[in-house]
Amino acid sequence: MLEHYLPVVIFLVVGLGVGVVMISLGFVMGRRRPDAEKLSPYECGFEAFEDSRMKFDVRYYLVAILFIIFDLEIAFLFPWAVVLEDIGLFGFLAMVLFLGILVIGFIYEWKKGALEWE
Amino acid sequence: MMAEALQAFLEFYGALPRPVQILGQIVLLVAPLMVCVAYLTYAERKVISYMQVRIGPNRVGPRGWLQPIADALKLMFKEIIIPSGANKFLFIISPVISIGTALAAWAVIPFADGVVISDLNAGLLYVLAVTSLGVYGVIIAGWSSNSKYALLGAMRSAAQIVAYEIAMGFALVGVLMAAGSLNLGEIVRAQAGEWGPVNWFALPLLPLFLIYFISGVAETNRAPFDVAEGESEIVAGFHVEYSGMAFAVFFLAEYANMILISALATIMFLGGWLSPLHGWAPAGWFEVPVLGLLLDDGIHWFLAKTAFFLFCYLWFRATFPRYRYDQIMRLGWKVFIPITIVWLLVVGGFILGGLPPWWAPAG
Repeated sequence: MLEHYLPVVIFLVVGLGVGVVMISLGFVMGRRRPDAEKLSPYECGFEAFEDSRMKFDVRYYLVAILFIIFDLEIAFLFPWAVVLEDIGLFGFLAMVLFLGILVIGFIYEWKKGALEWE
Repeated sequence: MMAEALQAFLEFYGALPRPVQILGQIVLLVAPLMVCVAYLTYAERKVISYMQVRIGPNRVGPRGWLQPIADALKLMFKEIIIPSGANKFLFIISPVISIGTALAAWAVIPFADGVVISDLNAGLLYVLAVTSLGVYGVIIAGWSSNSKYALLGAMRSAAQIVAYEIAMGFALVGVLMAAGSLNLGEIVRAQAGEWGPVNWFALPLLPLFLIYFISGVAETNRAPFDVAEGESEIVAGFHVEYSGMAFAVFFLAEYANMILISALATIMFLGGWLSPLHGWAPAGWFEVPVLGLLLDDGIHWFLAKTAFFLFCYLWFRATFPRYRYDQIMRLGWKVFIPITIVWLLVVGGFILGGLPPWWAPAG
């Protein structure tokens, strides 16, 4: 069982290795002549004003939190989906109940305006 | 002579230690994949230019065939600029994360029956996990650049990827219910049957199939969901400060992800390597010496179906105007998620009711 994961680990290392090799190649082959103007962050020709790590909209946080909840649901549905044919009607109804509770939460979010971006 | 050489090679290969064998297989996969990525950029420029009644790249080599190679060489000799105030380590590591996760997911993709590097039982879960990690590359790149446009692009991109991942995950749950397995090879085998293409999951899971592919387009930040790049407002989004090879690596990762999404859509909904001729073509067709092999199941069908989805990607880009950000979020949260939840219940009904020809009637 576990030996199936050896190729996966090697593949991950190769994937990261491809990135490292390509970027090193860029550093070796490319020339480097930095100057202050070239290294300044891009801002449509202006000199950058304010700190660029600025405040951003709280809705991005909201999306992240909602994502965690829903992604957990999905992870929870995975094993159920695989054995659905064996557990039959009882298992299906149990999950309908669970999804029902999830949907109530979803409707609440919707009504509260957590999904509004206008 | 050929047979002897092959025999000798197989003996030599069999005697190698296991990690070396795996490494050989990986190189055999990654090298053609990289060529595909390079020529996908060429295909994109050509397809879109013909759709816009232009010729597209036609100077480097005959009909511009060497264009991707020229692009790669040019990028290699360009300076990699690290902006002042950037976090150097994170700035350099984020393209590596992007390409690493984009490539690693290929470990479990079956190209034909049994042709897979790692036949994981939890294949689909692995793919979902590894592709989700790709968002780290984007957000670290945007944050470490110390540039406003990069940060804005990264925020948008991360929120969008995360929102569409939910719809995508629900669509995957539908596939799991239908196939009863997380193993990608098993999912393809579950779509084989005497009805041929009708047996594929594209039909009973049609809403999930469409949602999966559209979410895939949004996940890869491609047009019409490319507000993360939005060149008319935030220039290039999270990779505005990247140049030379560092930029090229992001670019490769994006295209490798496009091919991955297309391959997954093929495996889960269009029967992977299965031939669409089964079920209605006369059995005699598969007996013809060489042609029969082409008509029967095989890797060429997998590649052809994947190429179809890739063409759709390019087609979308040439056809649709860009969505506004609030429209994207509305589509993801308020349209796709309700549809997928309802369709999961419908699929559950199909399975328990034993709807032929996809599931055996209960009895």
